[in-house]
Formats: sequence, structure tokens, C-alpha cells
Amino acid sequence: MLLDRDGAFRADSWRHLADDEADDDGESVTISLRRWQAERERWQDRSTPLGLRLPNDVPPAAIGAAVDRFALIVLNFPRFVDGRAYSQARLLRGRLGFRGELRAAGNVLRDQLLFMARCGFDSFAVDAARARAEDWPRAFREFDLFYQPANDRRLPILSQRLRAWQGAAE
Amino acid sequence: MYRYDEFDRKFLAERVAQYRDQVRRRLAGQLSEDEFRSLRLMNGLYLQLHAYMLRISIPYGTLSSAQLRGLAEVARRWDKGYGHFTTRQNIQFNWIKLEETPDILAHLAAVQLHGIQTSGNSFRNITTDPFAGVAGDEIEDPRPYCEIVRQWAALHPEFSFLPRKFKIAINAADADRAAVKIHDLGLYLRRSDRGEIGFAVTVGGGLGRTPILAQTVRDFVPRRELLAYISACLRVYNQYGRRDNLFKSRIKILVQALGIEKMRQEVEDEYAAMGDEREALALPDEAVAAMQAQFAPPAYADAAGDDAELAQAAASEPDFARWIERNTRPHKQAGHASVVISLKPVGRPTGDCSASQMRTVADLADELSFGEVRVTHDQNLVLPHVRKSALYDLWLRLGAGDLATPNIGLASDIIACPGLDYCGLATARSIPVAQALAVHLAGREAAIGPLQIKISGCINACGHHHVGHIGILGLEKNGAESYQITVGGSDGEQAALGGIIGPAVAAHEITATVDRLIDAYLRLRRDGEQFPDTYRRVGLAPFKEALYVAR
Ligand code: SF4
Repeated sequence: MLLDRDGAFRADSWRHLADDEADDDGESVTISLRRWQAERERWQDRSTPLGLRLPNDVPPAAIGAAVDRFALIVLNFPRFVDGRAYSQARLLRGRLGFRGELRAAGNVLRDQLLFMARCGFDSFAVDAARARAEDWPRAFREFDLFYQPANDRRLPILSQRLRAWQGAAE
Repeated sequence: MYRYDEFDRKFLAERVAQYRDQVRRRLAGQLSEDEFRSLRLMNGLYLQLHAYMLRISIPYGTLSSAQLRGLAEVARRWDKGYGHFTTRQNIQFNWIKLEETPDILAHLAAVQLHGIQTSGNSFRNITTDPFAGVAGDEIEDPRPYCEIVRQWAALHPEFSFLPRKFKIAINAADADRAAVKIHDLGLYLRRSDRGEIGFAVTVGGGLGRTPILAQTVRDFVPRRELLAYISACLRVYNQYGRRDNLFKSRIKILVQALGIEKMRQEVEDEYAAMGDEREALALPDEAVAAMQAQFAPPAYADAAGDDAELAQAAASEPDFARWIERNTRPHKQAGHASVVISLKPVGRPTGDCSASQMRTVADLADELSFGEVRVTHDQNLVLPHVRKSALYDLWLRLGAGDLATPNIGLASDIIACPGLDYCGLATARSIPVAQALAVHLAGREAAIGPLQIKISGCINACGHHHVGHIGILGLEKNGAESYQITVGGSDGEQAALGGIIGPAVAAHEITATVDRLIDAYLRLRRDGEQFPDTYRRVGLAPFKEALYVAR
């Protein structure tokens, strides 16, 4: 089950292909980075949506301009304390200009959701029963003030202060 | 001092509410201990040997009197009546109940204190010179930059799950009083030839199992780019720091593996690629100016005539004179001094402070030091701005609270971590070792002069033993405590790691061993030399010899 950054639950409409699995025409699939690199020609021109699963030890720069080819990129948190995918997300968004869906998978837990959303994630692969029971959607609303600029277009506190000072000066 | 505005207050209230809910979910069984562990650590809550320990952040060691009273109240109401100041300029309470922590943090939020990131694999409390803003050798007050970095680092969305903890220190004076070189990231404030303020940036310092001193990654980063440049360093570390081995996960190991050249290249490449992000993180002059205004000097009295009065009082009372000599430091402002309050009464646990002592210090700060208190990384307190004519009265009143031990910088002013008396990671005790040494050396410490003894209860080195003039590391061998001793370490401008003098010794041999090392130093030292100076000149051999010959 997926949880979106706006707090809604939805079913996952993507099939996540193992490296030896074949895809059906017309279905949305994700493939591993290894498969993308090995069979690039084959996947390049596929007409239905294609997604990529990027391991957390590969710098996003490795995908380069091909980033536009993907409608979905899935980043992995093997354990929630392994925070590499936060940087990957920010680089995909900020540096490579990725505009498709960015999804967090793996050990995704409630108390990291807001950090992830701030780094540019849109959707989260979660255990729906638990997420509902513990009201995970509320995690996105636990804060509405932030000290850092990030990838969620929220105005950081410093910018809000500068604005207030300028207003006062005028 | 920095005072919260409505943004800071609201942010902290949200944080307390979030934590209260996390504790509720843990107690309701929704969160496993493994999941909760990293959440409580990010609020400073550890599980120790006997109880929970709560560590409260004292940002760059600066406290208001109201904040100190808030801490006293925590000690009285929720602990056993005292707290322990740490080498990170923080305070920790050792006898805390999990269920009560949300209330404690709510209580502290009212005085603008928190436990955010006092543990966990993220930014720890940013530390600086305890004499910031008052020291004569300072280029500019570092505290506004500390506060800017503190805010930027608070609940950072990208860097809250780093490979390991991350410590930043800022120093702005000629003398390094912030031990910058033992930090993951260090900032030396500099003024360029063109009069521009910026920072030299160092990376990769740290103690622990693999002690390494930091190296320079960039000589000058203009202050406008400070946060962007730090971000570049952190992004390199977050992506490439090791996560497979707890003991190899600090940034120092990454720097060691890559070499400083390659590390610099990585950071500079990242920095060059940051583009828009750099703009978003830029510090406009007006933001810096507004922050500096928060740290404007207080309205000092015209006290130029105080020196004569003080000289007279000192001449007639030798004990007072001794305290003045040992426990006060020069102040920028004529007729004023900074006073170091010793939390090392000889024979008592180092860095401990009772609730009533905290209240005494808070009252004295209100009366005599513009309501300001500092915490030093060697576990003492400072009243930063005291008129010299008030020093005698202050000395008497501190004395009544057992706070006037005249031992700052001397042999009994020992740094010691909590060790096996509290800490779950300890391999040996450190508090009793410090107590015994202080009692033993107090009689001759004046003759010895400045001497830093630092003691850690395990290889994690919270007591900074590697950079002690004499360092003592508690180990465990076949079920018995034993202690490895190093000499010649230093955490100042000429930071150096101490050399190991030989096999570890048993607890009962420590005082005799330290005695012989001090005797050797006194014999070898030349005029004006401190222990590390002598060590640098003569090396390890004469110290080893002093031990073996004596045996
Ligand atoms: S050095 Fe070891 S024993 Fe001492 S406080 Fe740190 S972890 Fe605990």
C-alpha cells in the first residue's frame, strides 16, 4: 500500500519486476538499475510508463540525463537509520530536475515521513494496517515551521524573518 | 544572548508535542524499542546502567539565569537534586523516568531549552570558546554564527540519519579554546586581507578508538556561503561515510580513507554543483547583522577605577588573591573580569552541580553578570562579565556554596566522563579515579602550575583523554579495571595526541604513576613550558624512563 505526501492511501499500480521477470505490454513497471544499464536499448523506447529502482549506494549522477525517461524512481531505506536516500532524493530533485514520482521504499516508518517529504519524496511504501492504526498521515502535519530550505517549497524560518523585517522597514 | 522569537517558540512547541506523542506510542506498544531508540536519542534520552539519562543541549555553552533555574528545577523535581555538566557544554540528568520526559521537555521549552540532537547520528551541540564575546584576542564574536548553524542544523531533513554523530566547533580567537581540531567539522573565524569575515574549514577530527586531528579542507569560506559549504561537506559524508561498522563511521575515517586531497576534491565538486541550492542557503548581511544584534554587549558600568580596589582587597587576603589568579580571566571591558566557577571541589565528582548551587549561580549571574552564565568544555561554569569591585563579594558567596575552589587549569581541575558509575558503555570507573587524583595532587598543584588531566571510562573518549597533558583511559582486562596512560596531549592551537607510556596499570597504581610523570616533567621543563611543550621538546623516552627506573 502507498501513502502519499498529502496523507491519502492508495494501491500501488506498478509492478516491480525482478531482473529475470518479463513485462506485459501496457503495464507500468519498475526495473532495477542493473537491468536498466544492461538492457538500456530494450527499455529506452517502451511506450508505457517506466520506473527505476535505485540502490542507495549509487549517486544519482550515474543516471544523468536519462532521468527524464522515468515516471517513477523508487529509493530504498534498507534500515530507517540508513539516511543515504535523503541525499539521493534531494539531488534527483534539485540537481537532476526529476519531476516524476519519487517514492520511498524499505524500512519506511512514521517518524521519518516528514523528513522524507521535505527532501522531495511524494509517496511511501508502507504497511497500511499499521499506518492507519497509528494515524501516519498526521506525521506530515506535525510541524509547520522549518529552519532549512529543502525540496518542498516551504519558506524556511530565516526567509520568513527577512520578509518580516523588510516589511517592517518599508 | 539569543532570545527565541515566535518562530523558535512555535517550532519547539511542535517538537515537544511530537515527542510526547512518540513516548505515548512507545508506552502503548506501537513503537518497538528499536524504532523508539533513535527517536528518544534525538531528544537526548539514553538508557544507562541504572536509569534513563536525559541530556539537555546548552547551545554553545551559553545559559541565561532563567535557563539555569529551569535546569535546577529539573534536578529537584525529576532527578536526585543534581545535574552533570559535560565536555560538550551540555548538562545531563542521570535518574530520569521515561514517562516523565515529555513534561521535563515541556518545562524546559518554557525557558527555551531542549534536548534536540544531543544524541543520535546527527549534528550535536555546536561548541565554542566559553569566553566568546568577552575575550580580548577575538576577531569577532563567534556566537551569532553558532546560533545560525544551530538553527540550520535543527531537525535537518537530509542530515538527521548520518552514518554517525557529527560535532561542530567554532573558534574566533587567536587561541583555540574550543578544541576545534578534535571535531568532525571545525570552523576558525578569519578576517581576509580585504577585511571580509569568513571561516577556515577543517574536517575529520575526532577521538575515540581512532584519534585523529582535523585537517583543513578550505582556507577561507566567506560567511555568506557558510551554510552552503557545510552542506557540501555533509552531503559528501552522508553519501560516502561508512555504515557497515560503527567504529569506522565517523567522517575522520572517510577522510583517512580518501586522503585530504580527494576529500577536498569531493567537497569542492559538490559545492560547485550546488547552484540554486547555494543561493537558497546564502546568509545575507542583514541576517547576520540581526543575529549579531542579539549578542550585543550588555550596558557595562564605567569601572575603570575598579582595578585599584581589587588590588587592595587581594593584597590583604591571600586566599582571595589565589582565587583571583586562578579563577578569573581578562575581559575586553576595562574594570571587568570573567570568573570561572570551579565544579571540581577536590574529592567530589567532576562537573556535578546541585540544584541549590545552580540557583546560587543564577542569582549571582543576575546580580553581577547581566544574567549570563557559560559552561566550559572542561566542565566548569563562567560568569562572563563581573565588575572587579564585585569580585570579593562574589568570592565569599561562591565559597559559601562550595563553588570557589581555586583550581582552574590546575591538576585537580580534572575532566572525567561518568564512566562505570553511570554509563552503559564504560569498561572502567573514571569518577573515583579523578577524585583520588585530585585529593592526592591538590597539595602541590600550585607548584606544578597548569596541568590538564583527562579521564575516559572507555575507548569512546568522552573525557578527551588523548588530548590531556596526562590522559587516562579506563579499560577492562580479565574482569579487572586497568588504565592506559598517555602524556603530552593538547587540545589548543597546537593540538596533539598524547603518547602511550607503556602497559596499562591497575587502579591502585595510578596515583604513583602520575606522580612520577609529573616529577619527570618538573625536572625536565624549562622556563614557561607547559607539559605538552616539554613533551614536544624531549619526546616520550624520558617519561618512560622515569617510570621504569623508579620501578
Ligand atoms: S568515555 Fe565511555 S564510559 Fe565515558 S561517558 Fe563516554 S562512553 Fe561512557
